[in-house]
Amino acid sequence: MDFVTSLFPWITNGPLIVVQVMSGLSVAMFLFLVSVGMSLIFGVTRIVNLAHGSFYMVGAYLMVTLAEMLPDHPLAFWLALLVAPLGVGLLGGVIEVTLLRRIYHREPLLQLILTFGLILVIGTLVLLVWGPDNKSVARPEALAGSVKILGQPFPSYYLLVLALAPIVAVGLWVIFYRTRWGMLIRAATVDREMLGALGVDVATLYTQVFVFGSLLAGFGGALSAPTVAVALGMDGDVLTTAFVVVVIGGLGSFAGSFVSALLVGELQSFGILVFPAVSIVLLFAIMAVVLIVRPWGLLGHPEE
Amino acid sequence: MAYLEVHGIETFYGDSHILFDLSLEVAEGEVVCLLGRNGAGKTTTLKSIIGLVPPRSGRITLHGQSLTGLAPFRVARLGIGYVPEERRIFGNLTVHENLEVARRTWSDGAGGGWTAERVFELFPHLASLRGRPAGRLSGGEQQMLTIARTLMGDPSLLLLDEPSEGLAPLVVEMLAAQLARLKSTGLTMLVAEQNIHFVSELGDRVYILEKGMVRYRGTMREFVGNEEIRRAHLAV
Repeated sequence: MDFVTSLFPWITNGPLIVVQVMSGLSVAMFLFLVSVGMSLIFGVTRIVNLAHGSFYMVGAYLMVTLAEMLPDHPLAFWLALLVAPLGVGLLGGVIEVTLLRRIYHREPLLQLILTFGLILVIGTLVLLVWGPDNKSVARPEALAGSVKILGQPFPSYYLLVLALAPIVAVGLWVIFYRTRWGMLIRAATVDREMLGALGVDVATLYTQVFVFGSLLAGFGGALSAPTVAVALGMDGDVLTTAFVVVVIGGLGSFAGSFVSALLVGELQSFGILVFPAVSIVLLFAIMAVVLIVRPWGLLGHPEE
Repeated sequence: MAYLEVHGIETFYGDSHILFDLSLEVAEGEVVCLLGRNGAGKTTTLKSIIGLVPPRSGRITLHGQSLTGLAPFRVARLGIGYVPEERRIFGNLTVHENLEVARRTWSDGAGGGWTAERVFELFPHLASLRGRPAGRLSGGEQQMLTIARTLMGDPSLLLLDEPSEGLAPLVVEMLAAQLARLKSTGLTMLVAEQNIHFVSELGDRVYILEKGMVRYRGTMREFVGNEEIRRAHLAV
């Protein structure tokens, strides 16, 4: 035990651990918002959307613009948080209808090239519109400071993130498991052709799912904007981590994304305490283990 | 005029030519059987009609309306219900959810007024399984569910692809009784089968396919009474 405490001095510091868990949970929330949309889009359309991180980035940048544009009012932030994801959803819809729709029946490589191309195009457009400098978004006044949790400081804005997390998770669960639209989505992940033969307009369902997934990524980006420097490289960072989350949880699995986001969020939060130098390596090591033991992910299903 | 009319269709899978100048008609309220060996083109004929494998040429009309170039979901909405050979139930959904996703939500086309209650009336056993994931049903239960699911789209014509395949004899008998009840409600059916015994009571007319062509057409009575034809084309 002495050996352990000398190596990890924080291990006896209960309050620090609690705060670290909470911070991991808020990281998990951002990861969940991105990865669940990515997983959903893959499950239904079988497209791995590499531009999903770009949607997250656009959500954050839209938040920057809206924060500047909207008048100084206590409700402005919340309005922006609502409008930014809608903007990203619209962008997703336009991309689906004009580009992706043409390549659903083509080989996966072509699909990857297209969505990779979208990363470059969106990245350049963001550079042209917002410029190369980092941007920041002010937190709403009520959440600008920090609170003490067991004596440890904790940014109050993250309390908002933590409060929204269960609402989002339960809301998505209700949508997937208690609405007919959710049933259609789950059925489409199993057999899209059969669903079409039963009279379901699957093409429209694809568009809806793509818009919904983009909207969730945009919401993640908008919500994260006040916690980070909004910068050009965030698309790649987010994509990498979201990809790991989706692969660990299982492509196409809602519950898998949820569990995996929690796991990866806490891992990132504690990884920094335990192995600061190798926390990113740890992430990929775990993904590698999952891929070896269960190639279809923790809660995914093997491809037939 | 025939209710469903297939006229001179040529269907391909990629480069391989499967159906050759194939024509058939189904009248309203009639049960027509497609017989033939494996690979004779029965499944492809049904898939050509529903639009999953659209024919390259020829024409298919339902009640005089052309189905050419329509996506499967459009064909389904015009009143054609497709029951695939491999059942293709949504295993991750419950029995009730399988019915719900197939529920008619469109208003065009003709229908027979099917609802979940009526479907459960026809398949009472499914009602007791409504909350169970469909992937955990037995083969017979899954076959019932596939038919029940298609009925939810309120079709006026049912395409059934080898419904008796892989089922235990007792289940096959039950299924035959259920299809007979469906027929008595006036539902038109086109049934692909290898099991002649299964359809001999149910069917009104027969087409025998061989190598993608119609080799024989006649009434079920003529066909059953003619051992020579049965032996020549089906080699039981």
